[in-house]
Amino acid sequence: MNKQLLLGDEAIAQGAIDGGLSGIYAYPGTPSTEIMEYIQGSKQAAELNIHRKWSANEKTAMEAAIGMSYAGKRAMVCFKHVGLNVAADAFINASITGVNGGLVVVSADDPSMHSSQNEQDSRFYAKFAMIPILEPSNQQEAYDMTYHAFELSEKLNVPVLLRITTRLAHSRADVQRKETKKQNGIKLPSNPRQFVLLPAIAKKNYKGLLQQQPAMEEESDKSTFNTFINGKNTDMGIITTGIAYNYLMENYPDRNCPYPVVKISQYPIPRKMVTELYNSCKSLLIIEEGYPIVEDAMKGFMNIGKPIHGRLDGTLPRDGELNPNIVAKALGLSFTEGQPVPDVVKNRPPSLCQGCSHRDVYADLNEAMKDYGTGRVLADIGCYTLGALPPFNAINSCVDMGASITMAKGAADAGLVPAVAVIGDSTFTHSGMTGLLDAVIENTPITIIISDNSTTGMTGGQDSSATGKIVQICQGIGVKPEHIRVITPLKKNHEDNVKVMKEELAYNGVSVIIPQRECIQTAARRKKMEKKQ
Amino acid sequence: MKNDIILAGVGGQGILSIAAAIGMASVNSNLHIKQAEVHGMSQRGGDVQSHLRISDQPIASDLIPAGKTDLIISVEPMEGLRYLPFLAPNGWLVTNTTPFNNIPDYPETDALMGEIKKVKNHVAIDADTIAKEAGSSRASNIVMLGAASLFLDIPFEKIEEGIKQLFGRKGEEIVELNLKALRAGREFSEKNKS
Repeated sequence: MNKQLLLGDEAIAQGAIDGGLSGIYAYPGTPSTEIMEYIQGSKQAAELNIHRKWSANEKTAMEAAIGMSYAGKRAMVCFKHVGLNVAADAFINASITGVNGGLVVVSADDPSMHSSQNEQDSRFYAKFAMIPILEPSNQQEAYDMTYHAFELSEKLNVPVLLRITTRLAHSRADVQRKETKKQNGIKLPSNPRQFVLLPAIAKKNYKGLLQQQPAMEEESDKSTFNTFINGKNTDMGIITTGIAYNYLMENYPDRNCPYPVVKISQYPIPRKMVTELYNSCKSLLIIEEGYPIVEDAMKGFMNIGKPIHGRLDGTLPRDGELNPNIVAKALGLSFTEGQPVPDVVKNRPPSLCQGCSHRDVYADLNEAMKDYGTGRVLADIGCYTLGALPPFNAINSCVDMGASITMAKGAADAGLVPAVAVIGDSTFTHSGMTGLLDAVIENTPITIIISDNSTTGMTGGQDSSATGKIVQICQGIGVKPEHIRVITPLKKNHEDNVKVMKEELAYNGVSVIIPQRECIQTAARRKKMEKKQ
Repeated sequence: MKNDIILAGVGGQGILSIAAAIGMASVNSNLHIKQAEVHGMSQRGGDVQSHLRISDQPIASDLIPAGKTDLIISVEPMEGLRYLPFLAPNGWLVTNTTPFNNIPDYPETDALMGEIKKVKNHVAIDADTIAKEAGSSRASNIVMLGAASLFLDIPFEKIEEGIKQLFGRKGEEIVELNLKALRAGREFSEKNKS
């Protein structure tokens, strides 16, 4: 088979297809989105009848994948790092149930927060759940690891976390494929109570998970993804994790690092390799893309062993993505610096598209809010979060998916009346609906704007679970029909829309305003597709 | 052989089509390649870049170290300057002169051109006009690729091949238009490299 030029995300997707995948479950989130998109666009996946539809949120995705594993087939879940927070309940308990069909969880971290509200490191979750992690350093490894991960999961009877970061997810390189494995057939768990986490059963399962730990460590020690590379200069030993290895080697163009190196790409931390490195070197440098997890483990709380350098002692920066020059500095090597950026260069922050419906929504809302003053608009996560920036300066919060409605409720409970929530359609069905129920039960005086552009916009226009359903959902949850107002956000409707908003802001209870106009990017893509057909 | 390239522009300007063409030409030349892109939030009218590395040896880092870039290709005059910290002392800046102005404090053209001229090795090209002359202003990125191709260690025929592969599905006419744009860009660089 010929080599293919694939993004890290695409390499994972192809690795899963070739590894015997029966279903992928995911919610869009940068930098993970292209995994599902690749499988949705894959002819091979269609022929193999692999399940490949977006889920309403990461928790429903995780649970559906557990269900597929229960039925004996191989399943994969994909999301960005904060998506793992949403899926955490199911994720942690899946390590207690164990698996039947292989279960792989892909979490894409975003160090330097290119498109995220934090840079949390998903490896913590795997340690929490006591399951193995695979952390590829390049696209070929991303393919090979995913291909292999389902078997590892089945062998150890736990889900396996595949942890990647933005740089690998969105970088292309050539990838060599392997033969496609056959999918598993339906086969119920041999123990019918395996997935029944009643305390008595959970206690037994948990002991089983604890007993599996040495086997996981053994897998790491003999894994071909972990390597011990000899070096002559034992003044220092180096441990790299994931793509940090590349930044180390970039500094040695002939790839001859003078120090011994342990390249970690599978966890638990390979104890034998790391112990050998520690014993043979005078000090250690730990280079990790993400939080200093291995470094912290190596140092221990007392830090009474040999000197260990890394992100915790300032040898490397405590936060942010690594790059070759940062690592050069840590190695004490000389490095190049180009010319400074001329003063004439100005910042060019992202902004809402010209013609975007959210622009009209904010123009309407800012006008309607004039009587009440600023500081009352709790918003959410999506393109419309850009409403925080000039010229709109329209919103006052962005915390996590769905938080707009519940934060508005809390603020209203505190006496900030009216409080306004701004949320997108996909975010609403992701995790806004339950918060709306809370508000309805107390008839809290909040005005919720569900800015419905009928797409998941920020991540590139994936299908939204909310499309065509928002009014019925709000009615079903119990919002009074006369306080569900659908408007069309266009300049020509500005005055009418402001009037609607003012009326609902004055209402002392839950109201929902739904400005409806399709995302212009999605509309353009749709028209292009229609033209083709 | 090693070419480290930064592609610069604004979200939506289609710098990835240039990357795809070079990528295709590299694969056809049996070279190693790594190409880091920007997806997600920044694509909404913000500044975007792509690190593209080509080599006959395996490539380690997806990111180019600062001060090591051989070639910056900018489809807009301000964005190329943003990556000067990455440019090697003898590296080339090949930039379009047509501004993409979507911010209130976008600098004056003279000020930008002044800074571009300070870069030792540069080609400033009005790719939009040349593309129009070639048949479509939409081919301006391919004009930029042509202008930059002079500084790549990939045979020009391989880049032409890449264009044929990329646009082949769109018909002979589109392929010819883009090849014309490519050659016009290349010709401009041959005449105007300072």
